[in-house]
Amino acid sequence: MTVFIIRRLMQTAIVLVVMSMIVFVGVFAIGDPTAILISADSDMIERERAIAALGLDKPLWEQYLYFVGGAFRGDLGKSFVFNMPALQLILQRLPATLELAFAALVIAIFVGVPLGMYAGYRPESPVSKAIMAGSILGFSLPTFWVGLMMIMVFAVQLGWLPSTGRGHTATVFGVTTSLVTPDGLAHVLLPAVNLALLKLSLVCRLARAGMRENMLMDYVKFARAKGLTARRVVMVHVFKNILIPLVTVTGLELGNLIAFSVVTETVFAWPGMGKLIIDSINNLDRPVIVAYLLVTVSMFVFINLAVDILYSVLDPRVRLSEAKG
Amino acid sequence: MATVLPHEGVESAPVAPVETPWRRFAADFLESPLAVAGLVVLLLIVGIALVAPFISPQNPYDLNQLDIMDGNLPPGAKSAPGYIYWLGSDDQGRDMLSGIFYGLRISLGVGVSSAVLALAIGLTVGLFAAYAGGKVEGFLMRVVDIQLSFPAILVALILLAVLGEGTWKVIAALVTVQWAYYARTVRGTALVERRKEYIEAALCLGLSHRRVMFRHLLPNCLPPLIVVATVQVAHAIALEATLSFLGIGLPITSPSLGLLIANGFEYLLSGKYWISFFPGVALLVTIVSINLVGDQLRDVLNPRLQK
Repeated sequence: MTVFIIRRLMQTAIVLVVMSMIVFVGVFAIGDPTAILISADSDMIERERAIAALGLDKPLWEQYLYFVGGAFRGDLGKSFVFNMPALQLILQRLPATLELAFAALVIAIFVGVPLGMYAGYRPESPVSKAIMAGSILGFSLPTFWVGLMMIMVFAVQLGWLPSTGRGHTATVFGVTTSLVTPDGLAHVLLPAVNLALLKLSLVCRLARAGMRENMLMDYVKFARAKGLTARRVVMVHVFKNILIPLVTVTGLELGNLIAFSVVTETVFAWPGMGKLIIDSINNLDRPVIVAYLLVTVSMFVFINLAVDILYSVLDPRVRLSEAKG
Repeated sequence: MATVLPHEGVESAPVAPVETPWRRFAADFLESPLAVAGLVVLLLIVGIALVAPFISPQNPYDLNQLDIMDGNLPPGAKSAPGYIYWLGSDDQGRDMLSGIFYGLRISLGVGVSSAVLALAIGLTVGLFAAYAGGKVEGFLMRVVDIQLSFPAILVALILLAVLGEGTWKVIAALVTVQWAYYARTVRGTALVERRKEYIEAALCLGLSHRRVMFRHLLPNCLPPLIVVATVQVAHAIALEATLSFLGIGLPITSPSLGLLIANGFEYLLSGKYWISFFPGVALLVTIVSINLVGDQLRDVLNPRLQK
């Protein structure tokens, strides 16, 4: 177990270093860093000072170390547009994104798992077939277009739900969220459902596959032979075994949802970091782009690490094969 | 292992049709009406994309044919010159139907070319990894694992934020996103295949490694690759549309379906739904038909489900 975690930690460190190099080379070395990091309306003296301050007169490897040092101190430059530290800007927007991703994940799981389990339990019933056909549609629907259509139907035509923004937020246990006010919930509903749709079909398919596979296993026959009710066999015995792949996927999907919230946030003008990055790319606000990439990549790397460890706790076969290899 | 390669098919006997791998494949495929419908629609879409300039009522990018007075007309409205906008027109007075035909060309073109490039790269890496084994394989597959642990949209976003915009940059981003799927698939199949006797036999004949890899190993790894490639084309099209919608994909000089949808976004709130709606339907129908075909191919080509 310890060996496994150490190996994974080492791999995580390597990925982080490689990613920081790619971002560094991409933004600082290929492009013109003075154009990127010093705002265009600064005069010559300011430019000279900024070049020296950024260490752009030093060799490349030294610049890289300087960049990494800055990153560790949380100093990734100032946004041109908002005129505040880029990292602070990102972190300010993070809660809105996490809230949206979390709401979407909850919807995907609580709707997807029961549907999938039913479809796996009675694969031949017309309802199950409809569920599976629906899941193909869920895979195929482009998220952003569905979002637009949801706005059209529920906000424009029916006028039931608001289509933009985050609504009233309230602070609970030091976290500002719109999940606790009625207005906030109304605002979060459309974007969250939109973001959940893609993952819903994935969760549904996984639950169905797990169900079908497990129902044929000997332990199910044994549990039945013991005289347990069908309900108990499914809800307790089979359910536990379906959980293993579901936990991994859900963990990975949380990251995926955070990444895909870029699309949903743009459609619904949700003030999270996904909308921020798109605005920043369009405004060429490079410090924010760099900060976003570094923050998201680190977040991903750690989500992957957490999922790997969780997985190995749930399924001993994983860490055994890893320790051998 | 069922193969679908033409040169392995037995020549059909003159009297009764002999079951050849091709025939069995076709018969298996035709079993699902849904997949057949998908295939028909897909062929229709590809056909439209190929001949778009000849069947479109209007060349939507020829300024001489546009009249701004015809802007934002609802579906079925008549234009000043007298033809009917079946799917309405956008703010510039472009016929949406023609816009969609031209958009399909671009969307399919970008999707297919990126999938083919990614296939070439992934296939080479995967085959090489399986063939070389040992440390090389371990390293290559770790890279694949790490790449696949990042969501496609994030990788594309990183690349496009760093590279800037342009058609080739979008294709490069799509290739980077996709190659790892192919590499993983090929390596999985190749690992099984390379232990078989015909590889050993080929090596005993003194054939070069390259020849064994590409002429002997590769053809037998194709069936699962075909499935992955089909699904990946759909992914590439959807991802390109998403990126273009976000404004970081194709430039406005290549109006793909995603861009058409993005153009209609601002008019949506005033009830002019058709500018975003119909390109979206075209996108959806394209993706669904590819996925239906891919789903059936997976069932037909999967040796474990072989009757």
